[in-house]
Amino acid sequence: MAERILILDRLTKNYGKLKAVDNLSFTIEKGNIYGILGPNGSGKSTTLGMVLNVVNPSSGNFRWFESDMPTHDALKKIGAIIENPNFYPNMSAYENLKLVCKIKELDVLSIDEKLEVVGLLDRKNDHFKQYSLGMKQRLAIASALLNDPEILILDEPTNGLDPAGIHQIRDIITKIANQGTTILLASHLLDEVEKICTHVVILREGKNLYTGRVDEMNATHGFVEVAADDPAKVKAFLESCEEVSKVKELPKGVMKAMLNQPTDAATINKKAAREQLFFNHLIKRKESLEDSFLEITKN
Amino acid sequence: MLRLFNIEFYKFIRSRSAKVLSIIYFALFAFIALFSSIRFNFGVVDFRVAEQGIFNFPYVWHFNAYFLAVLKIFLAIVIVSLMSSEYTNRTLKQNLIDGLSKWEFIHSKFSMVIALSLASTLAYFVISLILGLFFSDFTEPAIIFSDMEYIIAYFVKLVGFFSLCMFLGILVKRSAFALGFLFLIWVAEGLIRLFINFQAKPLDFIKQFLPLESMSNLIVEPVTKLETVSAAANQLNPEFEKDYSVSITAVIIVLVWTAIFVFGSYKLLQKRDL
Repeated sequence: MAERILILDRLTKNYGKLKAVDNLSFTIEKGNIYGILGPNGSGKSTTLGMVLNVVNPSSGNFRWFESDMPTHDALKKIGAIIENPNFYPNMSAYENLKLVCKIKELDVLSIDEKLEVVGLLDRKNDHFKQYSLGMKQRLAIASALLNDPEILILDEPTNGLDPAGIHQIRDIITKIANQGTTILLASHLLDEVEKICTHVVILREGKNLYTGRVDEMNATHGFVEVAADDPAKVKAFLESCEEVSKVKELPKGVMKAMLNQPTDAATINKKAAREQLFFNHLIKRKESLEDSFLEITKN
Repeated sequence: MLRLFNIEFYKFIRSRSAKVLSIIYFALFAFIALFSSIRFNFGVVDFRVAEQGIFNFPYVWHFNAYFLAVLKIFLAIVIVSLMSSEYTNRTLKQNLIDGLSKWEFIHSKFSMVIALSLASTLAYFVISLILGLFFSDFTEPAIIFSDMEYIIAYFVKLVGFFSLCMFLGILVKRSAFALGFLFLIWVAEGLIRLFINFQAKPLDFIKQFLPLESMSNLIVEPVTKLETVSAAANQLNPEFEKDYSVSITAVIIVLVWTAIFVFGSYKLLQKRDL
């Protein structure tokens, strides 16, 4: 079994009567990229706050690195950025990172290297307050990378950024992920999680709705959409196919056939041709993650 | 400990307001020394502060401890702003996420309290020594280095006061409000003292336990101790007698308050969600 980096065990946080996080359990294993997905207010940031030592859990436990070391020592081995980048406004980027090195007890030699990774090396002597939001967010990532972390935790890293900024951040995250760093990414953006993550934890109102691999979330074999001159004939043909579990009529005579086994479009096409049925339209698709997500989070 | 002080000092030296206020503070020290050595000459009046006997050893230790301590409000602002800016910039949260424990955070802030108190005590010592050496009528080492208790009292007074400021900075998270709160405590203590003096004399012993009052009790006012003044006072009231020494009880009370403020700061931080 892979090395376990973080174990959450029935973690709960109440704010008065509100249960922000409700009996949340999951495990982070080394080498994977996890997404915590959920709408705003679903408890993503509170969950991260608890494992990062800034929010006190109401009940439940969490353990870093399967050890009993104090949380603040474990945090020296991880890198995390939360919500907005928080730095000292009157210090330069370099000075801010140097302070982080002092806290994490690191050598300052890696600062320039990490600033290079996020493309801020030429601005390293500018004051933090002069940075744009995108630059601040990239500095936060550089800061989180200083200790070559066992795990990188990112909370809504693209929130509030313009498209170019979002693209930059995603590029950086992908680059880091390709180096084998474990990542935990909280986001309310489905496509962000879909593009980057291998595993996903879906939260709604503090409750865990789904934990598992992203590609198993929509673990169907997809569907084909077909159309021909005679819709009735198409329907009859599809219903006779053993690969098809269900046929649904779409507007404009298009038929949607759910598949029950791995099948490619060519197989269907060949079968149809043998029966002298020729399609005007044939397309094979998978259920989008969004459909699965909405299905899972449906009340 | 050194690592934590190092972290805090790094923040201090890069905070403009903290730097400016500290420079003003220590400049005022020097300025006061300079001012008191000036000879005022208005024709008929030829007056020099330094020649009134206030800089005689060992009286100078007491006199300067009392009056220089008034300036501590400048450093109090520094402490409060160093503390509350961690909240307003949300850097406290980032520090914790980066791996500083809450206890270490308080520890690093308190190390700055100690460092500033030490620096101020050193400045007070050096300035008093110089003024004394220039203007004192007695410069025998045995006299110079007597009444050193005022140096300890001065240091304890600053540490206690700055710890209170640190606590208030954490409690209310905004520098201006924290200083306002400090003023409120001062007013409240004044009212309590008035009440006790006029309405509840038997409760008089309580006064010495009030935080600000206990700090001010460390160094008794030195003015009536001055020869010319005390001679006059004796003429008015032959039974006038006062203990000017530093009382151990007062030192202990202030040290207990300091401990309460430091642990209180920690408890506040521990309980809070950031």
